[in-house]
Amino acid sequence: MDARAPNDVNSLASGTWPLQWIGRWESPMQVTIENVVRTYGTTPALHGVSLDIHPGELVALLGPSGSGKTTLLRILAGLDAPTSGRVLFDGDDALKLTVQQRNVGLVFQSYALFRHMSVLDNIGFGLRVRPRIRRPARAEIKRRALELLDLVQLSGLEKRYPSQLSGGQRQRVAFARALAIEPRLLLLDEPFGALDAKVRRDLRRWLREIHDKTGHTTVFVTHDQEEALELADRVVVMSEGRIEQIGTPDEIYDEPNSPFVFSFIGESSSLPVRIEDDQVWLDSTPLGIPRGDLPNGPARLFLRPHDVEITTDSGRGVTGTIAAHRRHGAVRRVELEVGQQRNRVEIELPPALQLRSDHTIAFRPSRYRLYASAQ
Amino acid sequence: MTDAAIAPLLGPAPKATNVTTESFGVRVGLIVLAIGFLFLFLLLPLASVFVEAFRSGLGAYFDALTEPDAIAAIKLTLLVAAIAVPANIVFGLTASWAIAKFEFKGKSILNTLIDLPFSVSPVISGLIYVLLFGAMGYLGPYLQSENIQIIFALPGIVLATIFVTFPFVARELVPLMQEQGTVDEEAALSLGASGWQTFFRVTLPNIRWALLYGVVLCNARAMGDFGAVSVVSGHIRGKTNTMPLHVEILYNEYNFAAAFAVASLLALLALVTLAIKVGLEWRYSDQIAAARRH
Repeated sequence: MDARAPNDVNSLASGTWPLQWIGRWESPMQVTIENVVRTYGTTPALHGVSLDIHPGELVALLGPSGSGKTTLLRILAGLDAPTSGRVLFDGDDALKLTVQQRNVGLVFQSYALFRHMSVLDNIGFGLRVRPRIRRPARAEIKRRALELLDLVQLSGLEKRYPSQLSGGQRQRVAFARALAIEPRLLLLDEPFGALDAKVRRDLRRWLREIHDKTGHTTVFVTHDQEEALELADRVVVMSEGRIEQIGTPDEIYDEPNSPFVFSFIGESSSLPVRIEDDQVWLDSTPLGIPRGDLPNGPARLFLRPHDVEITTDSGRGVTGTIAAHRRHGAVRRVELEVGQQRNRVEIELPPALQLRSDHTIAFRPSRYRLYASAQ
Repeated sequence: MTDAAIAPLLGPAPKATNVTTESFGVRVGLIVLAIGFLFLFLLLPLASVFVEAFRSGLGAYFDALTEPDAIAAIKLTLLVAAIAVPANIVFGLTASWAIAKFEFKGKSILNTLIDLPFSVSPVISGLIYVLLFGAMGYLGPYLQSENIQIIFALPGIVLATIFVTFPFVARELVPLMQEQGTVDEEAALSLGASGWQTFFRVTLPNIRWALLYGVVLCNARAMGDFGAVSVVSGHIRGKTNTMPLHVEILYNEYNFAAAFAVASLLALLALVTLAIKVGLEWRYSDQIAAARRH
């Protein structure tokens, strides 16, 4: 693994970072998840999930609570076992390995630092519990721990105890502790969930830098889509124990393949429409957008508030009456009542526009997705 | 207009009253009542033990304590505590470990059983062993044929003491371990620690103050138990009398000075236990379940 020099002054550890012993023994690991099912009694948590994680990739498992993302992470760690399915680490069956044998680094939302040990002892824990033949000398353990402390930019705090650290510092110590065992895979369970917004943003940037430097295959679980889209090489959107979509952040945001993904990522509004005679109809108005290859029948149109154009041609477009409007940062958000069923749609308009309640506005979606729907 | 100019026009400010306290009189009255109650029912009897113990002078006091039967009683008490307390540490640790870190059928039953010795009368606690191991008991004939003596001997006393002191350690540990959850242990396992390494390096240090607290309470009860031990011991002078039993014998023989002398040792044990308990609560209350219950 080549030692990459930091490419900007704000990056980590000045000078060449001694990457020699981190991950030098083997290249980053590939993980294959095949049809993993996990049921608790009669309650299914995972319905046959399959996923390929490339070596050195930073993958986000994104979804609301109950989506099964933490269950999947725990199965990868060895803290849980699937009811059926396979998990392969570099082609070898990982399920027959115990937690200890899997050599994965785990970082928890609650940090899980050992409160009666100093920072240095926490980081060196994984090396101290090794069987005698694999255990480095005490001085060597201390040296490595100090190096890692430097990597996470907490030099000087080695004698402190966890209760004397801030949340962000604790999480970075937890990270160093996980890196100390030279893991093949890093698993992060909502690592920034317990931190406040500013610290969370700083640590996001820091995590990306660490990943770029050390190159471990990393999987992290989050329900914060902003975090997932900003950090990950690929995002796995999950819902109710199933994978909805896998893709790069751009693909997930711009080309969501299901109503769930569209509405979960970013902001969205949706309208019930009808596909008939090669046109997309909202009540009795054709919308002037192509039907794609959807069958005739009911469908749903999804759009994002900022992807609209005001149009004067109300014969082809969506017309709605203003129900409410408010300032939203640099733009104005307008809630419109549309159609006979009075569906609500939110669109974004320039703040300069003069608006009055009960005014009607016609718009056309410039970007949108159509999905067939059941009703 | 300045405040100084306005003030005379408004009259003197009303006295600020704190909504959450009582008036001075009520407060003083309640404090006097509480202290009076404590004094009458707690401090006075305790003080009188020491007063009576030294009434016949220092010489008589030490004679009472160095008399062979008294020394045998003290030794037996210490021996019983030395066996019962470690046994209950092991039982308490395993029970709370199982309850707090695992899910299994019958978990709530185990939880209830742990509290059983508290709800059972101490005399019954001793009687159950007599019914089980006594000459007329279920296992009596078997034990007699093997020449094993449990009742009216050390094993019986130890068993009865273990029974009545069992809940102390477990009750301190279960709520604390449940609150701490399994995440620290999961972290240790993921770092490569074996089960035993995790237990000794992570779990035990996390509960050490609650464990010490439970041990102190367990020890106090183990040394001072009367009811259960009285039923199983047989009161054989110099052999199966613990300190509380010895005090009873001395008192029944009207040997008050000696009775109070031995009792003063038990009272001293109580005071030392109390001091350690308060000290632990004060420093480590956040890590001790009982303090939270108060």
